[in-house]
Formats: sequence, structure tokens, C-alpha cells
Amino acid sequence: MAFVAPKETYSGKVFEVTIGADKTAVFGGENVLPFYSFEGNVPHKPVIAYEIQDVPPEDWPETVKNVYEGVSGDPVTWAKYCQDKLNAQAIALRLVGTHPDRENRSSEDAAKTVKDVLSAINVPLIILGSNHIEKDSSVLVAVSEAAKGKNCIIGKAQEGNYKTIAAAAMANNHKLIAMSELDINLSKQLNILITQMGFDKERLITDPMCSALGYGLEYTYSVMERIRLAALAQNDATMQPPMLADVGMYVWKIKETQASEADLPMWGSLKERGIAWETVTAGSLLISGAEFLIMRHPEAIAAVEKFIEELM
Amino acid sequence: MALTGVEIFKLLPKTNCKKCGHPTCLAFAMKLAQRQASLDACPDVSEEAKKILGEASAPPIRSIAFGSGDKAVKMGEENVLFRHEKKFVNPCAFAVELKDSMSDDEINKIVDNVINSEIDRVGQKLRIDAICITNTSGDAGKFESVVKAVSANAPAVSLILSTSNPQAAEAALKAVADKKPILYGADESNADAMAAIAKNNKVILGIIAKGLDALTALTEKIKGLGVEDMVIDSGARTAKEILEANTYIRRAAIKKNFKALGYPVITFAQRDDKMLETLIATLGVTKYSSIVVLSSIEKWKDLALFTLRQNIYTDPQVPMQVEQKIYKIGETTADAPLTITTNFSLTYFIVSGEIENSKVPTRLAVMDCEGLSVLTAWAAGKFTASKIAQFIQESGIENEVAKKELIIPGYVAILSGAIEDKLPGWKVVVGPREANGLPAFLRARA
Repeated sequence: MAFVAPKETYSGKVFEVTIGADKTAVFGGENVLPFYSFEGNVPHKPVIAYEIQDVPPEDWPETVKNVYEGVSGDPVTWAKYCQDKLNAQAIALRLVGTHPDRENRSSEDAAKTVKDVLSAINVPLIILGSNHIEKDSSVLVAVSEAAKGKNCIIGKAQEGNYKTIAAAAMANNHKLIAMSELDINLSKQLNILITQMGFDKERLITDPMCSALGYGLEYTYSVMERIRLAALAQNDATMQPPMLADVGMYVWKIKETQASEADLPMWGSLKERGIAWETVTAGSLLISGAEFLIMRHPEAIAAVEKFIEELM
Repeated sequence: MALTGVEIFKLLPKTNCKKCGHPTCLAFAMKLAQRQASLDACPDVSEEAKKILGEASAPPIRSIAFGSGDKAVKMGEENVLFRHEKKFVNPCAFAVELKDSMSDDEINKIVDNVINSEIDRVGQKLRIDAICITNTSGDAGKFESVVKAVSANAPAVSLILSTSNPQAAEAALKAVADKKPILYGADESNADAMAAIAKNNKVILGIIAKGLDALTALTEKIKGLGVEDMVIDSGARTAKEILEANTYIRRAAIKKNFKALGYPVITFAQRDDKMLETLIATLGVTKYSSIVVLSSIEKWKDLALFTLRQNIYTDPQVPMQVEQKIYKIGETTADAPLTITTNFSLTYFIVSGEIENSKVPTRLAVMDCEGLSVLTAWAAGKFTASKIAQFIQESGIENEVAKKELIIPGYVAILSGAIEDKLPGWKVVVGPREANGLPAFLRARA
């Protein structure tokens, strides 16, 4: 019996999203499963943003903290280093210092940091809060205004604070990350709630919540696959925004990226182990459907970019 | 296509003799259709029916055991394309390449690394499953001696013998045929000879053809020569080619019941760049390879890939559980706080991760709630005051702690009074509702 390629075509398509004002980056737009260019159209590569912070990364493990030694004391220097020396396509500024349990920096301070970073770089900027529901709803409003006209991504809007954040992103013409917790129905519901406010669904980015390899990765992996299938096979427009995998912050806090080889000889070299952890987490989430990634270690990013080249 | 119960019934003797253990032939047919019974149970079925039913009832991807003894791995038998539909059945095997042109030192090092690769993770023993010995030297005698030496040094490890030279294959197989290795290297030029060797030695044949049309023709030819157990290689080597070939093979087998490609897939992931190789292996694990061959194994790479394989091959319908016990996180002393949560693995990972982040040495009591998260376990009556009290009492932890104080998840604050009633002398403290509140909570108390 002769082989006939069992091609599958879909009626749905992932929205194409362009970010940035000077230099831009584009992702999404495919009408097939991730990298299935043999049966459809995959117009853009996934985009990886380098993660930086408004405060020095004292809580990052050595392997990734050392890379930014000398530049990470100041977000502007750090951002320029990522853009100019590491050729970052995009930069994700996490305002972790605004968290009440951390430095509790004010919205005004955060807005100033954003303005300073924006004036120093020309690649797209992603502006992330500290994942504190109440504080984010004031901080992200202030930074949205400060970044007006720069076509940034603002995040993350969650069930408890999406109204103010979505309104601010809309008023200042930004893209918006909608995050829910590892459940396709919650994800769909949040996208619907945000679009019901008048927010254009083609300006959304879905974050189904990342998990690190070994720490629930399979949940993120399958939720992403299901969201992508809903977008393509069922042509469900609420599931058609591109997806984010916020890899770095989930990977660089677990034991496997911190425990020394002296303590756990079976686990091998700490440096390679940490980089591999971020690399494999990112790689598997690309396969399951992420079009946009936020990562920390340049060697992990370089490996994942080579992988993307080979897949395209 | 798989047959329905009624179609199967028509081929059975219809005697309702009950010898198969089912009350009627129809009942047996229904079980056969659901793949819950084997046709061997019917002593009276005709040869013709056996042939038709055997072909139709075989799993879409042939089930093959690779290797022998307790380290043998099962391959094939997959039923779905996406893991959320149903569990992926047989975890992909990892093999490391060993070239017969390597020095004895290099060879011994690889063999040692494979033997010592076993790691325990969440109660499962994970290891590099096989060594792929490649006849790089082109010398049949050299190949045979290396295969013999490796087999002697690592008797329990499964082997892939990679050569396209039938003489080399024949000689090397003599020593190891009883271990059910894979003989990899049958192609269009040597198919007859290799098929005969595989058949005579009862080993699995690894076949390679460029592209899926040629591969289809070759598996059909080799099956016609009497070889049933095959692993297949379409020649795909780049990530893009592997994704396309593996997807088409899996879809053809499962959705079209296309038998000529219904075999386990072997993927060669070797790269000079170790991180990139790890990613190609990631692609193999997530997208349908049954064997992934690596160029080297380092402990960090093994750990990442074993963990990925475990994640992808868990049953999405059965929550992963961790063992019930009191875990010590950090250098705990008698003064370290004691917290409690349920044994859903995700709950455990998140809670223990946040405790580690807090840098406050803490005891975490993980209670068996059949893998449910805190709120679900509470709602299901598995995380109740009396069960928590019983667990704490039986654990004997009260002899190890300076202060009899138990921190419970904020979501079950309602239980605090009842636990205190049932645990005389203990004080219950209500912790944060979400794990991400733990670092601040623990630091404030330290």
C-alpha cells in the first residue's frame, strides 16, 4: 500500500502580533500546529525576550546572576547590555521591586524606570508587574501611561485586576498579557472578559501559566496544546491570541538550578544543569504552542534560537 | 481500521461455549473490540478468522520489547497524538552512541556512565536504557570484539548494533542475540541479507530509508521476508524533518491504521552542540520517538531528559503523587516551623519550592490525600481535622519539634479549631492561602 501523507488543515489561525515602535518584532500568524510548516503557513519565528528587573537580581541563582554582573545594578545598563551585547530581539522588564514584600517601590518610581529604559533601547519592551494583584493594578496603569506610543506588552492582567490594567493598556495602545492558572476554561473566560471591555482580541497574549520542567511542566504543556487545537481545529477566536511561556522566573527558583554538584553528585554540573533546565522547559513549550518566551540565561536563549532555526 | 464488536462476532464460532471465560461469543467479541481480551482465549476460532482478526486487532503501533531482563523496555502501543487525550503508553528509550573506532578508555567510560546513570526521581528509577554501538571502523572483526566487550561489561544494558554490513552484523550478533538487541542498518541495498539475519537470530531489525514512501516500501518488503519486529528511521535528522516524519508516521498509524508505518521510531539526535542535542532529544520525547540516540551522556543532560520524559509520559487523568512523610527543607533544627499540605505532586512542588525560596528551614508534612490539591482534598473529606490529627500523631513528629505548632494552608483556616481539639497540646497557625505567600510568612516568623 502506498503511503499518502496524512495532512491536516485547519480553519482557524493564530493572530499575528507586532510589538515595538522603533525596531519591531512579530510573532504568531500560523494556521497549523507549532512548526508544522509541512501542511500550512508558519510566517514568523517565536520571539524570545531577555528578562531584566527594576532591582538587582539578588534572588537569582549564581549561574544566571553572574552573567549580568556589573550591569544588573541598574535596569538601563542591563537593558542596553541585553540589546547591544546579547542582540536581544526584545526585553522584558519585570518590576519585581514594586512588590509590597520586596522594596515596595512606588508606581511613580516604576514609571520613571520604564521611561529611562525605553529611552535607552530601540527593541520592543515588555513591562511586567510583580504579580501582586492590588499593587499591579496601580503600577501597571502608571507604566502604561509612561510607555504610551511605544507599543509595548503590558502584563499580567489576571482575574482579580484585569479591568484597570486592560483599560490602561487600551488607552495607551499597548498589547496585553492575560494570565490564568493552568486551565483552558479559565484562560478562555479571562480572554472573553477582557474583550467584552472593548479590548481588541488581536492585541491579547494568552499566558496559561508557565511551569518548570519537573514542576508541573506537563500541565502547561497540555493546556497549551489544547488551547492551540481549540484555536485551529475549532476556530475559536477567543483562543487565537499567541501564547506566552514565562520560562525564566519559573525555572530559576527551583532546586535543580541551585543545588550544588557537591551536595548532589548524581545531578552533575550545576551550570549546565541550570542552563539545560531553562533550555528544555522553553523547548518543550515551543513544541506545545508558545510563540513568545521570556528567558534569562543567554546560553539557554542561544540554544533555543538555534532550535527554532532548525525547526523553521 | 479497527473492527467493531459485531464485525468480530461474525468471525467467531458462535457456539457460546464459554471456554474463553465470557458468557457468550458476542460478549467476547465486544471485549476484543475494546482490546480488553486476546483472541488466544478462544480455542475454536478458525485460522482464517485468526488472520483477519489478528491484523485488525493489533495495536496501531506494534508492541515490541527491546532488551531482556528487568531492564528491557517496551516500545510502541501508542493510541493518541496528544497526551491530554489519553496517556502516552511506553516512555521513549534513551541510547548513547558508542563507536567501535573509539579507544578502550573511551568505550569503558561510556559503558560506566550508562551503568551509573540511574537516578531516582519522584519514586521512579530512571536511566539510560541502551548503548548504540556503531560500526564506524567498517571492520567486522573490530565490531564483533567491541560488541562482545560491551556486552560483557554491561550485561543488563540493552544494545543497538548499528551496521549496514551483513557480515559484521552476523558475527556481532552471535554473542548477544539472546538479549533481544536491535540490529540497525537494513536499507534498500542489503534488505534481504539483513532480514534473514534478524529472522534467524530473532532480533529486532532497525531499518532506514530516505523518506516515508521508501520507508513504507521497505517495511512491507521486510515483513514479506518474515520479520515482524522493526524499528523505523525515515532518515530525518534536522528538527524540521524529525517533526514532519514523526507526525506523519504517528498519524498514519493511528488515524489511518496504516500498518506499514505502525512501528516504533528511532531518532538520531547527535549534535556537536550539547544544548542543541538536548533540544533535539526534547523534540523526540515530546513528538513521538520511541528511541532517541544521543552522542554523549552527562549527568545534567540525563537529569533534564529523564525529567522531561517522566513529565510527558505521566497519565493526565491520574494526579501525580508524592510519598506521605514529613519532608525537611533546609537545615532544620528543633525550632524549625512545621507546615502541612496534601500529596498532589504539583502542590508539593510549588509549596516546597516557595519554602526553599524563603530560605527558612522548615518541615513540610505531606499528607496522603490521593493526589488531590488542598481545597479539593478538603471538599472530598480527605484533608479533615481528624485525618490531619491522626497523621501528625502517628508521624511521631512531636518528639522532634521544640514547639508543638502546626501551620495549615489558609484555604482550610476553618479546620484550625477542630485540629486543636483533636491534637491536645498543639497550636494551629493559619498560613497564607497561596504558596507564594509562604516566603514572607515564614520570614516574618523566623
